[in-house]
Amino acid sequence: MVSVTSQTEEGRKPAPFPPWLRSTLATLGSITATLLGLLLVTFVIGRVMPIDPVLAIVGERASQETYDAVYHQLGLDKPLMVQFFYYLWDVVHGDFGNSLLTARPVSQDIARVFPATMELATLGVVIGMLLGIPMGVLSAVHRGTWVDQTIRVLTLVGYSMPIFWLGMMGLLLFYGILGWVGGPGRLDIFFEGLVPSVTGMVLVDALLAGDMDVFWNGFFHLILPASLLGYYSLAYISRMTRSFMLEQLSAEYITTARVKGLSERQVIWGHAFKNIRVQLVTVIALSYANLLEGSVLTEIIFSWPGIGSYITTALLSADMNAVLGGTVVVGLIFICLNILSDLLYKIFDPRAK
Amino acid sequence: MTIFKSLLAGAAIGLAISTSPMAIAATPDNVLVVAMRIDDITTLDPAESFEFAGGDVSRNVYMKLVNFDPTDLDAGYKPEIAESWTVSDDGTTITFKIKEGLSFHSGNPVTAEDVEFSLQRAVLLNKTPSFILTQFGFDADNVAETIKAEGDTVTLTTDQPYATSFVLNCLTATIGGIVDKKTALTHEVDGDMGNEWLKTNSAGSGAYSVQAWNPSDSVVMTANPDYYRGTPAMTRVIIKHVQESASQRLQLERGDIDVARNLNPEDVAGISSVEGVKIVDELKGRLMYLSLNQQHPVLSKPKVREAFKYLIDYEGMTQSFLKGQYTVHQNFLPQTYLGASSENPFALNLEKAKALLEEAGVDGLELTVGVREAQERLEIAQSFQNNAAAAGIKINLTVGTGKQILGQYRARELDVYLGAWGPDYPDPHTNAGTFAFNPDNSKEANATGLLAWRNGWDTAGLTEKTAAAVIENDRAVRAKLYDDIQAEFRESSPFIVMAQQIEQNAMNEKVTNFSGGQAITSASYWQVTK
Amino acid sequence: MSEQTLKQWLLSDAPASRMQARVAGLYQGWLRLTSNWMTLTGLLILTALVLIAACAPLLAPHDPFDQDLLNRLKPIGFDDHYLGTDSLGRDILSRLIYGSRITLYIVALVTLIAPVVGLLVGTVAGYLGGWADQILMRTTDVFLAFPRLVLALAFVAALGPGIENAVLAISLTAWPPYARMARAETLTIRSSEFIAAIRLQGAGPLRIITRHIWPLCISSLIVRVTLDMAGIILAAAGLGFLGLGAQPPSPEWGAMISEGRRFILDHWWVATIPGLAIFTVSLAFNLLGDGLRDVLDPKDGGHG
Repeated sequence: MVSVTSQTEEGRKPAPFPPWLRSTLATLGSITATLLGLLLVTFVIGRVMPIDPVLAIVGERASQETYDAVYHQLGLDKPLMVQFFYYLWDVVHGDFGNSLLTARPVSQDIARVFPATMELATLGVVIGMLLGIPMGVLSAVHRGTWVDQTIRVLTLVGYSMPIFWLGMMGLLLFYGILGWVGGPGRLDIFFEGLVPSVTGMVLVDALLAGDMDVFWNGFFHLILPASLLGYYSLAYISRMTRSFMLEQLSAEYITTARVKGLSERQVIWGHAFKNIRVQLVTVIALSYANLLEGSVLTEIIFSWPGIGSYITTALLSADMNAVLGGTVVVGLIFICLNILSDLLYKIFDPRAK
Repeated sequence: MTIFKSLLAGAAIGLAISTSPMAIAATPDNVLVVAMRIDDITTLDPAESFEFAGGDVSRNVYMKLVNFDPTDLDAGYKPEIAESWTVSDDGTTITFKIKEGLSFHSGNPVTAEDVEFSLQRAVLLNKTPSFILTQFGFDADNVAETIKAEGDTVTLTTDQPYATSFVLNCLTATIGGIVDKKTALTHEVDGDMGNEWLKTNSAGSGAYSVQAWNPSDSVVMTANPDYYRGTPAMTRVIIKHVQESASQRLQLERGDIDVARNLNPEDVAGISSVEGVKIVDELKGRLMYLSLNQQHPVLSKPKVREAFKYLIDYEGMTQSFLKGQYTVHQNFLPQTYLGASSENPFALNLEKAKALLEEAGVDGLELTVGVREAQERLEIAQSFQNNAAAAGIKINLTVGTGKQILGQYRARELDVYLGAWGPDYPDPHTNAGTFAFNPDNSKEANATGLLAWRNGWDTAGLTEKTAAAVIENDRAVRAKLYDDIQAEFRESSPFIVMAQQIEQNAMNEKVTNFSGGQAITSASYWQVTK
Repeated sequence: MSEQTLKQWLLSDAPASRMQARVAGLYQGWLRLTSNWMTLTGLLILTALVLIAACAPLLAPHDPFDQDLLNRLKPIGFDDHYLGTDSLGRDILSRLIYGSRITLYIVALVTLIAPVVGLLVGTVAGYLGGWADQILMRTTDVFLAFPRLVLALAFVAALGPGIENAVLAISLTAWPPYARMARAETLTIRSSEFIAAIRLQGAGPLRIITRHIWPLCISSLIVRVTLDMAGIILAAAGLGFLGLGAQPPSPEWGAMISEGRRFILDHWWVATIPGLAIFTVSLAFNLLGDGLRDVLDPKDGGHG
């Protein structure tokens, strides 16, 4: 969480800027610094990795001349810092360069793979939230009873399961045997290319085009991997909900409310839960950010063309433009979600004021 | 608790209903849906494309001067864009007469000028596969003279007389694809002859044009209604990237795809009993081999090289984890290639290996074996590791991504390399020229493209024999020359060729005439019906 | 001392010495920890794991590396292969037993690296404040904002595959949250009166951080590490799945799943059994972590 603590010390001359501007500037500054650090680390890693980007392009059979030509063409004969500054210069001008593997601009690639991940992560976090929060509340209210224990074990199971095993088994059962959900990929073959790609998210595009057949087909492909990710984030969400609720339920005002004769339902949802909403936003934002990184293993098993497998493949082939571009996007989203949740905290939490 | 019970009951009923045979979804009759791994495609430009999946796309999009008929692959190359050809008396000039009436997808006619442009372009761009053409002496300086169009003919002039079949076989490779000159040049950027544009688009005259290529996701091809052999029955071909064998199998079982191309032996065995599915086997050109770095003081001893050939469980592997997908083969020319030897004299023999190692005075040897992260290779490596341990040799495996291990291999850093090699064009020279050819073994030569050089092997005279075989025009004599080279190679080389690949394509039984291209070329779809 | 008096001594309301108070506190924590069956289960599983790892050669019915191509992919209960055989005909049960050593090794290494680095960075940043805080926390942010798997993959790729490098890479991605936590705790502790008192006595920053701040951060750190351990084991398995973890023929559980996943439709046990093993250990850490938090972390532990 990027929390910017701009301490205005007493007794100083009045600042030349109003406080809101100062804090905005400070936030921007810290984002820039973090992003720069992110790029630099990625760049250095890319350089020390014993994977040869030239070989990724020219392949096994290339002669030494071809190899040397590409080496020069990629600018690898220049010093690292020079390469870095060239890269930064391009990035500042909105050019992330071309991917070696896909032969097209990295920005175009990301515009293709990121919506796929976003669709998956969004539904995943929604599922995790819809199930995780009530489970957490229930668990806290019935603390120590079999309800609590069942819920805790159930959610821990999801958290402890290797996701690729669960994915494979889920695919076998729900797609292979039962046929309840769609198979690997985002749509059945016949449905592909039927609606124009506006956002890159199949469900949204289908709704925009008003084509419900495509929507439902996309939904049935999405539901299984999204449920898996949802199950995974559910554990964290419900655990945190439980612990926030416990804290509230032991507070004095709850006792007061009970003494006043409020119904248990009002006490739990009207008072205790109301007070943990802001804290929950932070938890959900963090879960969402984690899912937006892209779950490589889920993407592989479900043939989901998302950003996780895009960055991984690129990394293992030393396609550094793609890795850098992907890292910046994912990092930026992470930072933004954090700032957003900090902001919400400041706005809604009475104690923070 | 009753809720749980009823839930359980519900689930049981659901299972019972759905395990009974149900209407399987079917793909449309005029669309072919293929699931395979296509994440190796990095470009669609025929002058640059050099990977398996890219070769499949290219074969269906670009016509060549001469080409293979998928329904009669044994016949060898046949005329395609070239109607006929003549060879000069000195054997250095081949003149092709271009067929009339062919046209590109753009509507432009296919002319001698396009052929000249495409082949010159491949040489000038100097991408990885360019060696297939430049080995005939074409280079940037002489290409204007050596590849020349005149009227409706194109003349190729080579630097010395080669076997005509060798030159023509090379032209059937992906790099021989003929590109629409006008279209390519309208998309030219900085004198790249359309390279940047052709990486993601197509400008050919073949059975299909590329409608869309989404990397690591799909390739969609649309039939060319004016294709000279007639409009293909499959008006659309969709290649879906599906990484996992199990996923491909489930999709085929459910009827969501027509062909699954990367099933592992267990999934093939599992699906072969499913009704409505058939398995079609094709012998491919890929060889699995082990090579011993001759820079290593112990590995360079002839007795040690021999001993290693008895440490491989050829039969055991092809009968277990490689079952159905590899067959024992111990020669550098794949079966079905001109002159390919089918002698397989070696078998696992620990006693013999130990005796040979003892004769060579080897004791307590420890070696590093580089292997790529791929399940079948890891299993071969572990099987070998096990046998070597029984003979007193400690093997440490270094596993990495393809590029990582390859980098070390090319720099001669590995003691032993375990890998695969597939031919680049359907002529024996493609393998002879790399396994048994190494004119300068010095470090400075840096001939990283040659397998013999990577292993520091001077070929003990096979280099000259290989050079002689490639210019021999008499087919029978040429075959005999290769047979001799292989016999010597088998005994004395530091290469242990273990097995040749068999491709097992599983498909809906309605699909007929599917061809994966066997050992000589790539897959083709225009003859497919269902 | 008889047992009865020992118990009384431990549960005494009025401890006579500082030592007694500390031991009594530990004992009461222990009682509370073991009073919950879930925590107890976790603890028992982990104890069993340690015992199995220690006695692996005695327990394993076969050599975990012994191949038998004629008897590959045999089902559970085949002959004396109680859990069947894998693709090279090796005994799965024996591999599982030896694999427990690798799992413990991973757990031990990560525990030694990530929390320690986090603690160091966090407390130093929190105590010193100013530019040191800015630099350290900005660095933490950078690592936190990294896509985790990318960072781990990149480090493994850079260092070369292998179990130690995988652990190192995972640790490098795991430390930032600990740093943040330690910093937050340090900030509250730093301004407390007792630290001011110690400072007045002339203690230097090094002494204050190591002797007074670290001990106070430890308990929440332990809880967090235990809860994270499941994720760490799964991450190691994930790297193994991508071929960047343990090298063959090592019986690392993640690598075993990765090898077995090819047969998941016909020979499900090859991948499922190591999957269950990973699941069991992860679950045990989670259960223990939950229990530990109830005991050690007063904030959401409750007093009930």
